[in-house]
Amino acid sequence: MLKGVWMDEPLMIAGRAFRSRLLMGTGKFSSPDLMKKAIEASGAEIVTVALRRVELENPRDSILSAIDTGRYLLLPNTSGARDAGEAVRLARLARAAGCEPWIKLEVTPDPRYLLPDPVETLKAAEILIKDGFIVLPYIHADPILAKRLEDIGVATVMPLGSPIGSNRGIRTRDAIEIIIEGANVPVVVDAGLGAPSHAAEALEMGAAAVLVNTAIAVARDPERMAAAFKKGVEAGREAFLAGLGAQRKEAAPSSPLTGFLR
Amino acid sequence: MSFHDEIRRTDWSEIEREIETRTETDVEYALGAVRTGGVSLNHFLSLLSPAAESSLEEMAGEAHLITQQRFGRTITLFAPLYVSNFCSNSCAYCGFNSRNPVRRLALTPEQVREEGEFIHRLGFRHVLLVSGEAPQVVSLDYFVRITGLLRPLFSSIAVEIYPMDVDRYGALIASGVDGLTVFQETYSEALYKEFHLGGKKRDYRWRLETPDRAGQAGFRRIGLGALLGLGNWRVEGFYLGLHTKYLMRKFWKSQVSVSFPRLRPAAGSFQPPRPVSDLNFVQLLTALRLFLPDTGFTLSTREPADFRDYLIPLGVTSLSAGSRTDPGGYTHPQANEAEAQFEIADRRPPETVVEVIRQKGYEPVWKDWDEAFLGKNL
Repeated sequence: MLKGVWMDEPLMIAGRAFRSRLLMGTGKFSSPDLMKKAIEASGAEIVTVALRRVELENPRDSILSAIDTGRYLLLPNTSGARDAGEAVRLARLARAAGCEPWIKLEVTPDPRYLLPDPVETLKAAEILIKDGFIVLPYIHADPILAKRLEDIGVATVMPLGSPIGSNRGIRTRDAIEIIIEGANVPVVVDAGLGAPSHAAEALEMGAAAVLVNTAIAVARDPERMAAAFKKGVEAGREAFLAGLGAQRKEAAPSSPLTGFLR
Repeated sequence: MSFHDEIRRTDWSEIEREIETRTETDVEYALGAVRTGGVSLNHFLSLLSPAAESSLEEMAGEAHLITQQRFGRTITLFAPLYVSNFCSNSCAYCGFNSRNPVRRLALTPEQVREEGEFIHRLGFRHVLLVSGEAPQVVSLDYFVRITGLLRPLFSSIAVEIYPMDVDRYGALIASGVDGLTVFQETYSEALYKEFHLGGKKRDYRWRLETPDRAGQAGFRRIGLGALLGLGNWRVEGFYLGLHTKYLMRKFWKSQVSVSFPRLRPAAGSFQPPRPVSDLNFVQLLTALRLFLPDTGFTLSTREPADFRDYLIPLGVTSLSAGSRTDPGGYTHPQANEAEAQFEIADRRPPETVVEVIRQKGYEPVWKDWDEAFLGKNL
């Protein structure tokens, strides 16, 4: 048995290793203290923060002061940016204020569904990568866009399962399968996961990780829900390694006219 | 094509009749639609109807859940900064009415900065500049200048000032203003004429199309409101919902929010002809929430403290606190309050409001915007 192939490896993003495959968002919590406890219970090592919500230069900022950057990679995001220019400016301000050059790129011109703009996202990613950023772009589940982003050097692709905060689960399953099949960077399913079973489903499909926020923040007991998601992610990953991955669809060549040649 | 064209296709009294004749069965259907995620305009009429009053608790429960999922357990805080009470309009209900013999005051840019610094020290990072209609006193240049002075202090600067044209709005945006609030006061043209007795504000259409011009100019955030107490609140609510949906469709990159300014009966002042009770207010708020799940709802200090506190879980997303509605009132609180635009009912300091928000299980949010969005500082 090719034991090595099925051994779990740490999640590698831009050369950095992470044991946890659950990334956490920090919005919508009822208090920084609850947020802190939920992050702890989730086992996450990457925590994303909306730059619009924080005062980077303020050491007493309620969100930033609750996140121990010695334990967690603080991943700033450009939530609220409507175009490439705004996202790039936000990212540069974050770096200038002392953040690591990692950026979760979100360009969402529509404030209702917060769907990502593919054209502006690609444009911003190009600029930021040339600028030396490690870019993790939030995208629709678009396999070609994922490849185009990979070509220019993004660290991950982060397709949505369903609109942010909708808790509707993985409605883009078929397209995410295609993205995973073709990806050479980690695929992180980013939005719409409403239950630990959704997270498990993503990992079973072969996603490298998931990012969760609303489902945890808005739960009656966020800390407990964070722990449940941790288990969901671990179960999904185990199932993938145990063999579910083999069920992935392959293109079946059908050539009835030349079959006799085989 | 503007909202004026849209509104002309409807008839106020027809809408009123429709709302008044809805039955409890209609309301049940509407509540069913809430749970399956699609409240139509037709359902919305039912939710605004007298028949829905017996379903208020259920509506409130749904409004709570929807708001919590969309906005989380957070309440954004902002402070108004009144820069001038000069006004050429005569609105029957307003303290700034040009016919009121009050002392008029316009802050100098330096005084605006002092007020801004005071508000900043209270913790606020979102500020709303307010003035009466007096372009000869507080001109476009004046607003551009004070915006420049306030930029280092605030991550979001919005205005609630007299309506302007698209080009002037463009200049405001370029100077660093990201949001515009304009209340229609009443969507009924007949009533509008009754309460707006003089000045440029008499022009119903100019007022009604202001959010259209704001959208064209590219304001990131547009705030609407109807002054509750002038007309039938159920019909005002209907038009408010219609207006919001219209703007969201047309200016799909702008965030539309709704405020709920209510005229309260008080001795010696303007008596609202159609007062809105607390129960009515809650029905309006929750019906709008069910119709507009993604829209921010703002509540000012016009409302008394305990009522504001009760409304926090019902759909409100943004509160002002510790407000002064007289120009210079933050740094010179001894000034005569007769010069204020309206009487403040919730006089608690911001730290007390913040404490209550926390007790209710919500996180007070001081900053939810960044000047990087408007291309400043780079």
